[in-house]
Amino acid sequence: MKVLVAIKRVIDFNVKVRVKADGSGVETANVKMSMNPFDEIAVEEAVRLKEAGAATEIVVVSCGAQACQETLRTALAIGADRAILVETATELQPLAVAKLLQKLVEKEQPKLVILGKQAIDDDANQTGQMLAALLGWPQATFASKLKMEGEKAQVTREVDGGLETLSIKLPAVVTTDLRLNEPRYVTLPNIMKAKKKALETLKPEGLGVDVTPRLATIKVVEPSKRKSGMKVADVKALVDKLRNDAKVI
Amino acid sequence: MAVLVVAEHDNKTVKKATLNTVAAAQKLGGEIHVLVAGHQAGEAAKAASGISGVSKILVADAPHLGDFLAENVAALLVQLAKGYSHVLAPATSNGKNVMPRAAALLDVQQISDISAVESADTFVRPIYAGNALATVKSKDPIKLITVRTTAFDAVAASGGSAPIESISAPADSGLSAFVSREVSKSERPELTAAKIIVSGGRGMASGENFKKVLEPLADKLGAAMGASRAAVDAGFVPNDWQVGQTGKIVAPDLYVAVGISGAIQHLAGMKDSRVIVAINKDEEAPIFQVADFGVVGDLFQLVPSLVEELKK
Repeated sequence: MKVLVAIKRVIDFNVKVRVKADGSGVETANVKMSMNPFDEIAVEEAVRLKEAGAATEIVVVSCGAQACQETLRTALAIGADRAILVETATELQPLAVAKLLQKLVEKEQPKLVILGKQAIDDDANQTGQMLAALLGWPQATFASKLKMEGEKAQVTREVDGGLETLSIKLPAVVTTDLRLNEPRYVTLPNIMKAKKKALETLKPEGLGVDVTPRLATIKVVEPSKRKSGMKVADVKALVDKLRNDAKVI
Repeated sequence: MAVLVVAEHDNKTVKKATLNTVAAAQKLGGEIHVLVAGHQAGEAAKAASGISGVSKILVADAPHLGDFLAENVAALLVQLAKGYSHVLAPATSNGKNVMPRAAALLDVQQISDISAVESADTFVRPIYAGNALATVKSKDPIKLITVRTTAFDAVAASGGSAPIESISAPADSGLSAFVSREVSKSERPELTAAKIIVSGGRGMASGENFKKVLEPLADKLGAAMGASRAAVDAGFVPNDWQVGQTGKIVAPDLYVAVGISGAIQHLAGMKDSRVIVAINKDEEAPIFQVADFGVVGDLFQLVPSLVEELKK
C-alpha cells in the first residue's frame, strides 16, 4: 500500500510571530521555519505503518516556495521514501492546495493520504476535508488512532464530546490530531540518508491547476492586548477582588 | 438572498453554538434559515424553530444523517447551498469536519473561524493562534463560513416561531460508517457554554489531583472543567477537556487557570475570557501576563484554601 503525506512549511511553533508594520501580514524574514507540527505527526504515522508492514512506500508532498525542500528533507529523514515539491511563489490557499494534491493523488494512486488537521499559520483546518471531497473519498479528520483492516481503516477521532470511531473504506483521507503519535527525533545518519533520496519538483501549471487566491487579505493587525492585571497576596484578597471588583462570583 | 445556518445539535436539543452562529448570520442581513440534519431530530427541529430571528427551519431526517458523517452532510449542503448567499456553521468539531468538504464540492474557498463580520464579503479571522487578526475578502459567489462562537453573543433560544419544512437528503454515500462514540459523561456545564471554567495544567501532577484538588473548586463555583494540552498529553484528563489553539476556544466570564504556565497555544484558547485568574508557583509564568488576578504559590495549598474562603 502506497501512502501519500502532505506537509507544510510554517513559522516554527516556538517563534513569537510579529505583525508587519504595514499590516500586510506577519514577519517571515529571518524567522525560524519548521514542518507544521500536525504534519510531522502525519509523516510519523505513515512511517509507523511502513514499519508495521502495512505500507510499502511513503511519498511526501509539499506545495510552496523552493525552501519547502528543507521541510521535505526532514520528512525523508523521518522515514518517507521520496518527495515531491509543487513549487510556486503564489500564496496558496487550502482549496488550491487540495486541487494540487488531487492531481498528485491521481498520478500516484495511493491508498491512503495523511495530512495534519490544520496548519499553525493560517489555522484554516480545511485541506484534508477538501482533498477528500475532490477525490470523492471518505475522510476521517482529527484522528487519535488509526487501525488498518484490509480494505478499510478504523479511525478514532477527537471530537467535542469525547471520542468517536469511524470505519472508512480505502482509499481514504485521514487528518491527524495531537495524540495520534509522538514523532521521533531525526538522527544524523538518517539526515545523511535523506539527502540521497529522490526529490522531484513540479509546477502548478504543469499539473493544470489554477492556484489564484480566492480570498484577498485586506489587512493583518495585532489583536488588542489585555491590560496587565495584578498579583494579589492570598486567596482572601482574590475572593474579595472577584466578589467586589470584578463581580464574577 | 437568504443565509443558511447549519445547526449544531444532538437530535434532541440544539447546542448553544447554533445561537452564536445565528448571531453572526444576523450581521450579514437577509432572511436566516436553519438546517437541522439528523435522524429522529424532531425535538431538535422544534427547539430550533424557537430561536429568535430565524424565519425557516429545514429538517433533513434520515438514518444516514444521524451521526453527522461528513460525506453525507456535505452532500446535503451542496444540494442546498445554491439557494443561499452564505452558509454558516459553528467552528465545532462537526462544523470543521463538514464545511470544507462542502466548500470544495462547490469550488468555494471557505473562510474559517471568523470573529467579526465587516460586510457581506469581508470578515475578520484570527490566524497564528490568535496572535494576528486577518481581514479577508471573499470573491466566491457563495460564502461558506465557520464561526468562532465566542466572538458573537448568542441570540435568544426562545421567542421565535419559525415554520418547519421537511426536505429530502441525498442517499447514503456508503463511504464511511459510524462505529462507536465514547462520550465523557459529566454533570458539569459544557466547556464551551460555561460561565465559569476551572482549568488545570501540568502543575496538577496527576489525574487524581484533578479530582481531589480541582473538582471541589469547580463544584463550589458551578464551573466546567478544562485543561492545558500538557495535562491532556500526560493522560491526566480526557482530550475533550483541552483548551487552546487546537482544542476548544472558550471565553467565559471567569477562567481560573491552575498550575498552567501559559503556552501561546493555550492562551489562544482562553485569552478572550472576561476575567482570568492564575494560580501558579512560578511567578515568571507567562499566564500572569494575561491574568487579571494572579496568586503565586503552591496550588495544593492555595486551591483548598480558596474553596474554604468561597464558603465564607
